[in-house]
Amino acid sequence: MTQQQHLDQTLPEQPDPSRVLRTASLPQWLVWALAGAALLLALILTLAGLHVALAVVISYLVFLAAWTAISITRLGRRKGINNLWTAIVVGAFLLALLPLISVLFTVITKGVQGIMIPGFFGSDMVGVTGLQDQAAARGDAPIIGGIQHALVGTLMITLVATIISVPIGLLTSIYLVEYSSKGVFSRAITFLVDVMTGIPSIVAGLFAAAMMMGFYQATGQSIQKATMGLTAAIALSVLMIPVVVRTTEEMLRVVPNELREASYALGVRKWRTIMQVVIPTAISGIASGVTLAIARVAGETAPILVTAGVAVQTNWNPFQNWMMTLPVFIYRQLTHPTAPSQPGPSELRAWGAALVLILIVMALNGIARFIAWKFAPKKSGR
Amino acid sequence: MSQVQTGPAQAGPSQSGIPSRGGGTGDTVFKVLTVVAASIILAVLFFVALFLVLNSLPAMTAPAETVSGGRGFWVYVLPLVIGTLISAFIALLFATPVAILVALFISHFAPQRISKGVGYTIDLLAAIPSVVYGAWGMSFFGPALVPLYQWLAKYLGFIPIFGPGVSGLGRSLLTASLVLAVMILPIITSLCREIFVQTPTLHEEAALALGATKWEMILMTVFPFARAGIVSSVMLGLGRALGETMAIALVLSPGPLTANLLDTGNNTIPAEIALNYPEAFGLRQSELIGAGLVLFVLTFLVNMFARWIVGRYSQFSGAN
Repeated sequence: MTQQQHLDQTLPEQPDPSRVLRTASLPQWLVWALAGAALLLALILTLAGLHVALAVVISYLVFLAAWTAISITRLGRRKGINNLWTAIVVGAFLLALLPLISVLFTVITKGVQGIMIPGFFGSDMVGVTGLQDQAAARGDAPIIGGIQHALVGTLMITLVATIISVPIGLLTSIYLVEYSSKGVFSRAITFLVDVMTGIPSIVAGLFAAAMMMGFYQATGQSIQKATMGLTAAIALSVLMIPVVVRTTEEMLRVVPNELREASYALGVRKWRTIMQVVIPTAISGIASGVTLAIARVAGETAPILVTAGVAVQTNWNPFQNWMMTLPVFIYRQLTHPTAPSQPGPSELRAWGAALVLILIVMALNGIARFIAWKFAPKKSGR
Repeated sequence: MSQVQTGPAQAGPSQSGIPSRGGGTGDTVFKVLTVVAASIILAVLFFVALFLVLNSLPAMTAPAETVSGGRGFWVYVLPLVIGTLISAFIALLFATPVAILVALFISHFAPQRISKGVGYTIDLLAAIPSVVYGAWGMSFFGPALVPLYQWLAKYLGFIPIFGPGVSGLGRSLLTASLVLAVMILPIITSLCREIFVQTPTLHEEAALALGATKWEMILMTVFPFARAGIVSSVMLGLGRALGETMAIALVLSPGPLTANLLDTGNNTIPAEIALNYPEAFGLRQSELIGAGLVLFVLTFLVNMFARWIVGRYSQFSGAN
């Protein structure tokens, strides 16, 4: 076996013993030259009238074939295959980047026009009619309407959902890590948190809607009242709690046991130890996990669509009346344009809202990373 | 998936033999609070199941001709289940290989300097809200796929899934599934990457020392180690694809179940609910909640299967 491999690795024309074990013996520039040639080929094929995507696929395959053929003839079969797979792995990565670039490009180019609409952030959709949009599409009137109501709705619903889920999630994970004796109850909780993680968001929405309707029915009130911001917040909490439990649990478990023991040795009570030693040590991870959870639910559409309805006016009160959020606003403007015959202005607003939503979600992600980095406990030993 | 299990001390100071100076109320209250919070999770899941069942019973027991389609609840929901499964399956088919290769790129191929940044970039993909993907699929990706669809329909049209007929705006089940694939790719990638980097370095070095090339090393050490982890991350991706709503609701132009993936038609459970629930009342609402229950059971089974796989293989490999 060893001998076989050794033979394979020996280069045919360069038996210099100091180079036998080296892996790379194709010149460094070769792969770049081939990639450049492939790009050139793609360009030529595109100019010759082929579809861009097809041209790129063809030139990538040509590149793979050439690169593998050269590698196999110069380095032997095994290294040739290694080079082939390296090229495929890099190709897969570039392929995965394409949708990201495409999505961001689409949202930014279309969204910038959207947020340029005068009063886009300061007005809601009250008084924006189909006639108004038709006039705007003809160029007779300015495009009006904005996302104020959706911003307010997203803010309020996410806030209420956070207020509901963070205490529950935090306390549950404290129970799991600090108190449970790995018995039936804690194993059941861990299992159910897993199940909750897998609940489809629309099912969470249906649950919240059905529960609140049941509540209003049972108390003899109109079930129309169940459509409000709070119902949406409950739906989002169902999605948020398992994320908070999971991240917090993981963070609490890596708090070194010595810290707890040192605290106990000083005579500090268990709950004070948890509040003043364990949680402060893990706070950066917990905070960044919660922020990520907020970012995830802020972009949810389906559960809000079935729980909070669709509104055109700004509503600050999550306990009464319908509410709009940014994702639902995008969805409604795209699928039910204000002026069905002239969807242009509605699309503009939708893309503007999409840009704002992406910026909010990215900002939350950035904040989470910043918290995790800035407030991370000092690492020693580990 | 955390490997670190420091197992916090169970013994509080009261058990240390030193007489307590009182103040145990805080301990009791705090412990009760945590137990209550944990019980709320039990209650929530119980109520989810209860409310879904209670509200879908009217549709399941209603006379067949009053349900949409006129042939009973199960005949109504079956095409939706099939549509859901097909779209999720196609999404997995495209996303899995790319996701595993991208995870390998981040964990083993990318230079140290850029691999962290690359990981963030992929996480960025996961952070984009689904409605934005839907909007992108509807207004850019779908129309861009039309030439490909026309080509497929022209030359491979004899295969039932490629024709006849092509949606002029690309608003077909295949487009929706491809958008789904883009959405679950980062999920599978980040889970796989986490497992790939846990491969014992000694195994990898041993393989390399025996003269394996990098790819052979990956085949010999990384994949066997990560097998269960790969399966479970794919399953989690599947669970996500099954429940994904907005991408399909926005991209797909729904219709009755057809084998043709290139034309409008077909629908999935989440999209059916999202499209119809806001205007639904009475029995229709109950039907949609029933469909939601079926979806819940479906994703539950998939997640359980993933856990079972991980449990089954965890004795043999380090990934869990």
